[in-house]
Amino acid sequence: MTVIDAATPGGTARARAVKRLQRKRNIALAAPVILFVYLAYIFVSFDVAGIMQRAQMDNARILLADAVSHKIHVTRDNRRDTLIVSVEGSRRAVFPEDRIPDWVAQDGDRTFITLTDGHSVTYDGPLITYDHPDFGAFRIMIDDPMVLELPQPGPVPDFINASDNRVVVTTDSGRLTVTRSRADTFRYFWGWELFFFDLQSPFAGFTPAETLAAAFSSDRLDPALPNWQAMVRDFWNNSIWRHGDVFWAIGETALMAFLGTFGAAIVALPLAFLAAKNFAPLRTIRFAVRRFFDFVRGVDALIFTIILSRAFGPGPLTGALAILVTDSGSFGKLFSEALENTDRKQMEGVQSTGANAVQRYRFGVIPQVMPVLLSQVLYFLESNTRSATIIGAIVGGGIGLLLTQAIQTTSDWEKVTYYMILIVLLVIAMDNLSGWLRRKLIKGDGTGR
Amino acid sequence: MPTVLPGSLRPNTPGGIDIRADYLTLTRRRRMYTGIVLIVFIALFVSGFRIADMRNAGSFADGFAHVLDFPREVVIEAWEKAGNLPGHAARAFPALVETFNIAMVSTIVGCILGTLLALGGTRGLAYWPRLIPLMRRTSDICRAVPEIVIALVLIFVMGGGPIPAMIAIAIHTAGAQGKLFSEVNENVDMKPLEGLSSVGANWWQRTWLGVFPQVMPNYLSYSLLRLEINVRASAILGFVGAGGIGAELRNAMTFGQGKFDEAAAIFLMLFATIVLVDQTSSWMRNSLTEGRGGQ
Repeated sequence: MTVIDAATPGGTARARAVKRLQRKRNIALAAPVILFVYLAYIFVSFDVAGIMQRAQMDNARILLADAVSHKIHVTRDNRRDTLIVSVEGSRRAVFPEDRIPDWVAQDGDRTFITLTDGHSVTYDGPLITYDHPDFGAFRIMIDDPMVLELPQPGPVPDFINASDNRVVVTTDSGRLTVTRSRADTFRYFWGWELFFFDLQSPFAGFTPAETLAAAFSSDRLDPALPNWQAMVRDFWNNSIWRHGDVFWAIGETALMAFLGTFGAAIVALPLAFLAAKNFAPLRTIRFAVRRFFDFVRGVDALIFTIILSRAFGPGPLTGALAILVTDSGSFGKLFSEALENTDRKQMEGVQSTGANAVQRYRFGVIPQVMPVLLSQVLYFLESNTRSATIIGAIVGGGIGLLLTQAIQTTSDWEKVTYYMILIVLLVIAMDNLSGWLRRKLIKGDGTGR
Repeated sequence: MPTVLPGSLRPNTPGGIDIRADYLTLTRRRRMYTGIVLIVFIALFVSGFRIADMRNAGSFADGFAHVLDFPREVVIEAWEKAGNLPGHAARAFPALVETFNIAMVSTIVGCILGTLLALGGTRGLAYWPRLIPLMRRTSDICRAVPEIVIALVLIFVMGGGPIPAMIAIAIHTAGAQGKLFSEVNENVDMKPLEGLSSVGANWWQRTWLGVFPQVMPNYLSYSLLRLEINVRASAILGFVGAGGIGAELRNAMTFGQGKFDEAAAIFLMLFATIVLVDQTSSWMRNSLTEGRGGQ
């Protein structure tokens, strides 16, 4: 109790209030200072300044350009004198002789490649010419060493990188690389190459309108199947984008999340009864089960994933089990807390009608806790979809594996983008699904089932 | 069996029996729905399990017998070389600190960004009310992108080290906290704000003096929970390529047998850290909700 005596008007209380305010002010001042000191320490220990220098902005540029565009390689093997036109230089995406794009013209031994903005490249035996509209023709003779002939006397312009073994011309229109063994020209195009149909498919290179017309046309391009079925088959088996495999991988990731989350709930529910204060038969059991939950939560998904992938090998089941084990700890804790918050009266009411133990739980407890438990489980379902991606990358299953593989090759950025979009769509879809189920199941349960 | 009349006629009929029949049909129908949902769920679960089992390299039955093989090997080897454990732990300690720092910084940065997203995305509090949908979509997208995606891309651009992991976790944290914080903001009592604006306070003053004192305990509590999550995330990201204790663990694992004492030391340290962070955070959260932290 605070006594304000007449001698010191408001003395003690005032002093105390001032002191408290002072302390608050000190905390308010100290918090930003501590934060600042900590961030300064991080700045040094993470070497933020160093990473700014080491960051390879070239990589970022390649990544961004490759994510939204593709290039077509026109490659001549100088020794065997063969010409190959392919997408991204992939052996699986070589244009057949009769479908070479019209910007590559062949005339006997001569090959004439039209690039954008008036640039062009000619392969003519050992002589390769890059025609630049502003500078004129750069002639490259394949010889030992290489001979580069400039249109005007002067220094070599900086878009050309020439050495004795190799000449590279890089402009905004394309890129020409000449070595003794081969001459390679890239021309860049917007969009993802052959996303729907690969070059083995008769539908490759159709415009959307042509594709639509072909789908409803009765002229079969593939005599075995109606066009639309052939389209679905060719899309599914696309050898570059592998939509079929990607679909399975996405499915595996969703499956890991589903099996893991609900499996964990099924395992945790009976254990939660043992850990709840108002249901546990013995204190020792309750204590043991609780410590078990804490242990499982502490060990963490990473360690479980490692242990389980040793036993079960790579694949979706391992991922599902890793999620299951990790989450059974969290669910056990959450469920037992929900059980402790139940009202005893309903159980007593059911008991008064002569119900046995199982019936008491079924009609007295489950209806009370079900909405809470379900909504927690569904929240976890969404976040586990994200975890399943990363666990998939460790155990080797699902879209996480495809994603890490595509990133490690460091050239398939358009695929990385594709997988990223699919993952985000999957997470959003799971989020919506779990929200919808939550509304449906829990609102429906409101009247007490 | 009495006839069940349509609802409009019911008040005219002698009550008791009809209500009972009605209730029973309702119960029966509801039970049927529950049964159908349950059957569909069991069917999905069992067939899902079968598919997962089929597509897995090792089957469930084989693997189950060998679950404990690896832990046993590790424990035996660690036991034999128990003397090495402190040395290994000391060597991996800087990596552990790095993992913790990644989690801590990404929580701080993410929560600050999340606060901005939440303030910008709450009706009545936003500075530019027109941007509310944009702010909400931004936090949805940040939340949906898994950390690993951003981390791996940034590792390609920036090279290894803690920063890619930190940025990746911070982005996800910003999205997640943006949503949680805006739910807190929706429950803000508007009266202090009205009082402040009546004495001519501008937006910053209203937010700083009217909103933050109300929401801070909840914000801090959610941020502490997020720190627990982020410590785990940063350890796991280390394993797939970012730095820290996860990377050490993977190195120890790839050497395989003979190096399991090192793996065991790292396991133990990681476990201890997670438990410590969880306990500290739950203690701090308790003191926040009991109001001690607020005084």
